Amino acid sequence: MSGIRATRRRRQSVLRWVVVTLCMLFFAAPLAGMLDFTTKDAQGNRTGATWAKLVDVQGVSRDYPDLAAGFTASVGLAVLTVVVMLVLLVPTMTWVRLRLPGLSRTVEFLCLLPLTVPAIVLVVGLTPVYSWVTYFLGESTIWLGFAYVILVLPYAYRSLDVGLRAIDVKTLSEAARSLGAGWGTVMVRVVLPNLRTAVLSAAFLAVALTLGEFTIANLFSRTNLQVAMFLLGKSDAQVSVAVGLASLVFAFLVLFALSFVGGRSPSRKETS
Amino acid sequence: MADTARRGALAGRRPSSALLGVVPFFVYVTVFLLVPTLVVVVGAFIATGPGGQGGLSLANVRALAEPAVTSALWHSLILSAVTAVAGAVIGAFLAYAVSTARPDGVLRRFTTSLCGVLAQFGGVALAFAFLATFGATGYLTKLLASTGLDDTGGLWLYEWNKGLMLVYLYFQIPLMLIVFLPAVEGLRPQWREAAETLGGSTWLYWRKIAAPILFPSFVGALLLLFTNAFSAYATAAALVSQGSPLLPLAIGGTLNSEVILGQENVGKAMALLMVVVVAAVMTLYAAIDRRASRWLAR
Repeated sequence: MSGIRATRRRRQSVLRWVVVTLCMLFFAAPLAGMLDFTTKDAQGNRTGATWAKLVDVQGVSRDYPDLAAGFTASVGLAVLTVVVMLVLLVPTMTWVRLRLPGLSRTVEFLCLLPLTVPAIVLVVGLTPVYSWVTYFLGESTIWLGFAYVILVLPYAYRSLDVGLRAIDVKTLSEAARSLGAGWGTVMVRVVLPNLRTAVLSAAFLAVALTLGEFTIANLFSRTNLQVAMFLLGKSDAQVSVAVGLASLVFAFLVLFALSFVGGRSPSRKETS
Repeated sequence: MADTARRGALAGRRPSSALLGVVPFFVYVTVFLLVPTLVVVVGAFIATGPGGQGGLSLANVRALAEPAVTSALWHSLILSAVTAVAGAVIGAFLAYAVSTARPDGVLRRFTTSLCGVLAQFGGVALAFAFLATFGATGYLTKLLASTGLDDTGGLWLYEWNKGLMLVYLYFQIPLMLIVFLPAVEGLRPQWREAAETLGGSTWLYWRKIAAPILFPSFVGALLLLFTNAFSAYATAAALVSQGSPLLPLAIGGTLNSEVILGQENVGKAMALLMVVVVAAVMTLYAAIDRRASRWLAR
């Protein structure tokens, strides 16, 4: 038996390397194209000028004000989206579990509904809503975060749901309540620390989605990172491609680092 | 009905306080999700005449039969279907190849992280990547030109049935890996050992055991890929600057003041059409997912 298994493992590893290598070549080709494009000068010689421009923070905010503004706006959007999403979802989902189990199907349905409403459709419907938001709060880009929360809702719901399933919310909160804690204390000091991993992964998804969002911002003519990159592509293609590559590499590094920290993902925990 | 009755009973026992806790959530979702959805659904059936306000009408829905809209829908459907099938097949192979690696190994972490970025983060950056590679001055364009394979200077990149398909595959394959990997990991080695003990070959194992178990997950993932491509806007918008070959671009166009007066709500009708297609596919997905999770439940 062990002979067969060894043969199979050898064959599997050959197959693995062939398939993975082919796919990696496909994934790497356009990224290499970006690197090639950003390190060429007009004569076709190698130069690091584009990247030097990007590293110079003051130079960027002077020469590319839109890019700097878009970057700041996207960071602000990420913070607002994560905060609103957590404040909205964590207490509601915990509360529904504890006190209103009859509503859990409704909440789940509402949270998963955005999966069937593409961002481009949401934009169409949000136009009148945002004319009110602009009326009350002003025209700042940051209020797009309200719409981003809706886009994040299904993914955040799923990861928080996994987290809540893993702990016994009822016993924990009853224990805390019987020791004299108010509901606020239960949420902040009992439920939230127990949901750390789930909250982290929901927050990461929200940040990634916000930093990569283009559709809604572009169609509402607000400038976030992606829109700034898109607009810059028309005037200074090299810098915009460099920003694109940098953002991809940055996102990859964060994800790669996260796969080592924060332990194993729930799905993997189940298999082992 | 049962739901409301239960809610009533709860509210009766603990007057108002328990329900108050979920009010913020419901208000928020109503304002930013339900109202927009209603705006689209209702707006699709309201005609705006030259004088401004109009009444209920099927004019917008009828406008969907115009050749510009039907061809955009057709292109979107074909593009989504082709990239979903190709992406699902290639991604499934990749997922299986990766699943045979050590679970905590670097290869696995590297691939899943890379795929996470490419599948979800892309948009404009992916379009730029392909412009830099296959555009007029891209290095692969020059390479292809020097070998005589392609002398159009990379113009094919902007066509929905050539370049866009390749770009869409670039985020469909990674998405397939992410969605399908848990299913492949659910295949237990014991099943294969059991088949071998009973004298089954590798081929028999794949045909009689692995394929039937993976099939629902595969179809479910394929449907997810379809809706993903069908509703994608950013990449296509960044790549295609003229015309609206795809439905999302056509909808975007109606918002970008390229509209003929009195046709504002045609965009809402197109949006509704899109929701109908996505909702139908997602309903099918939910049904299949229930079936698929039967074998993955642990």
